[in-house]
Parts: sequence; C-alpha cells; structure tokens
Amino acid sequence: MKLNIKIMPKNGVLDPQGKAIENSLSQLGFENFSKIRLGKIIEVEINEGEEKAIIVAEEMCKKLLVNLIIEDYEIIYDREK
Amino acid sequence: MKASVIVFPGSNCDRDVAVSIKKITNLDPIMVWHKETTLPKSDLVIIPGGFTFGDYLRCGSIAANSPIMIDIIKKAKKGLPILGICNGFQILTESGLLPGTLIKNDCLSFICKIVSIRVENNQTSFSNKYKKNEIINIPIAHNEGNFFADNDTLKKIEDANQIIFRYCNVNGEINNSSNPNGSIKNIAGIINENGNVLGMMPHPERATCNITKLYDGENLFKSLAESLF
Repeated sequence: MKLNIKIMPKNGVLDPQGKAIENSLSQLGFENFSKIRLGKIIEVEINEGEEKAIIVAEEMCKKLLVNLIIEDYEIIYDREK
Repeated sequence: MKASVIVFPGSNCDRDVAVSIKKITNLDPIMVWHKETTLPKSDLVIIPGGFTFGDYLRCGSIAANSPIMIDIIKKAKKGLPILGICNGFQILTESGLLPGTLIKNDCLSFICKIVSIRVENNQTSFSNKYKKNEIINIPIAHNEGNFFADNDTLKKIEDANQIIFRYCNVNGEINNSSNPNGSIKNIAGIINENGNVLGMMPHPERATCNITKLYDGENLFKSLAESLF
C-alpha cells in the first residue's frame, strides 16, 4: 500500500525556510499572502493491508521520520477499494 | 583516560578531537566505526562534529540510529560520560539522551566564527576547570545550532542547572545581539539530568592548538581527564 507522510513544522516553531521563501516571493512582487511554512512529504510503499500499513507508518514516524518536538505529521493514503 | 571517538560517514572533526585528547591526556583515543555494536572499554565517549549521512532527513537523525548508538545509549543511562560536539550534540538530542532539539539558525545562513560563551555551571566533570561565569572564546561552525525546547522542558533544564554554556558578548552579557543563531535563552551547551551527557554546538577541540591560536577549549578536556582518572 502506498502512503504519503506529510511532515510540517509545528505551529509556533520558527521556520526560517518558510520565512526565506516569503521574503523571496515579496521581492518578486507578490502581495496579499502570508504564513508560508515549508514541510516535506515522504512517500512509502508498505507491503501490508491498510490497517497494518498505517500502524507500521505510525511507528516509522515515531522512530525516525518525525521529530515530535518540532514537527507534526499526517499519514495520507487512498482507502483500499 | 580511555576515550572512544565515534566515527560516522560524514564525521569530519573526529581526528581533530583525537588530537586534542592526545595533547591533553597523552593517550591515543580509540576510533570506533559506527557499525560496531559494542563499545570498547572506555571512560569517555566523544561524538564529534561533521555532517553525518549528509544531514539527510534531519541533522543527526540517521546517525542516532546507527548500530553503535544502541550500546552508547545503554551505557550512557548507566552513567558513562558522553560528549557530543556540534553534529554530535544534534545526534544526542535525536537519540533522546539530551532534551530539546537543534533547528536551523534564525539568520538563515551557515555561521563559522569565533564566539564568546559563558560558563554557567562549573560543577560538572566537563566544566570544573573553568570558573563560574568565565567567558571563553570557542569557534562555532553550523547551520542548525538554534537550540529549541518547549517551555516545560526549558524550565526543567534551567531549574536543574543543566545549561552549561550560553552565548554572550565579550563582557559576558547575554542578549539578542550576542546570540549568533537564535537559540532559546542563548543556550550553547546543556547536560542531561544525571550530569554525564554533555552536548554543545561550539567546538572546544578547535580551541586547543597553535593553528587557531585559541586555547579556551583545553580546560574542558582537562576537566574530563582529571574527573575521570
């Protein structure tokens, strides 16, 4: 099963990369925008059914993929038909 | 003092720190490859600076899961002294041996310069050769040295005197302009609750030789040599 793990900096945690992108967009003349945050998406193929795959993905997040002090995550997938 | 220096792919301060250890203790440290599963008998473990695994995912996150780390974590919990410098500090927070984490510098750039830091707590085996509030000059070289912890964690480490070094100016004043990277409370180095695991972003090994003409790092290694012998 294919899953996407979306990892974002927690609210309130400084996101210097988001800030840098914001500054650059302003310099390009974009207006009326705010709150740019830069995160990442990790794609993973887990050879299990939906229920087990989500459990494994959760474990991967907690053990390595996410630093829960500064990041939130969301596991995104298409429901099995 | 038998010191082990852990070498990961991408470590680049391992030999510098070995030279410092040799200079201060007159003993060669053991260089330990990260794939080993058992530490050789050691009185001290040093996790050196560098860019382990290319800083992929998050700085230190992959190295924190290298085979040797299982034995290091086990022995650290039993009291074995561990020193993590720069990327070594990042590895120690990622492995859960130290609280908090290190995020990108708030200035958005890599910083490589000599900074002043103030010794906040000299009652540890890493810092007892310094005077309390002594101002020392040590180089930093990092992109992710901005120490971050939630308010509860921060209060805990402050109350327990776990902050060992803070960035300051030449007069020892701690404020925003003497903070190179945005670290909360100007934190440059912390110790764990039990006092046997120290992580710091500045490089004491770069302040022990005639090349840099800086010597303020020597007392850190002397503190360890005296405490651990």
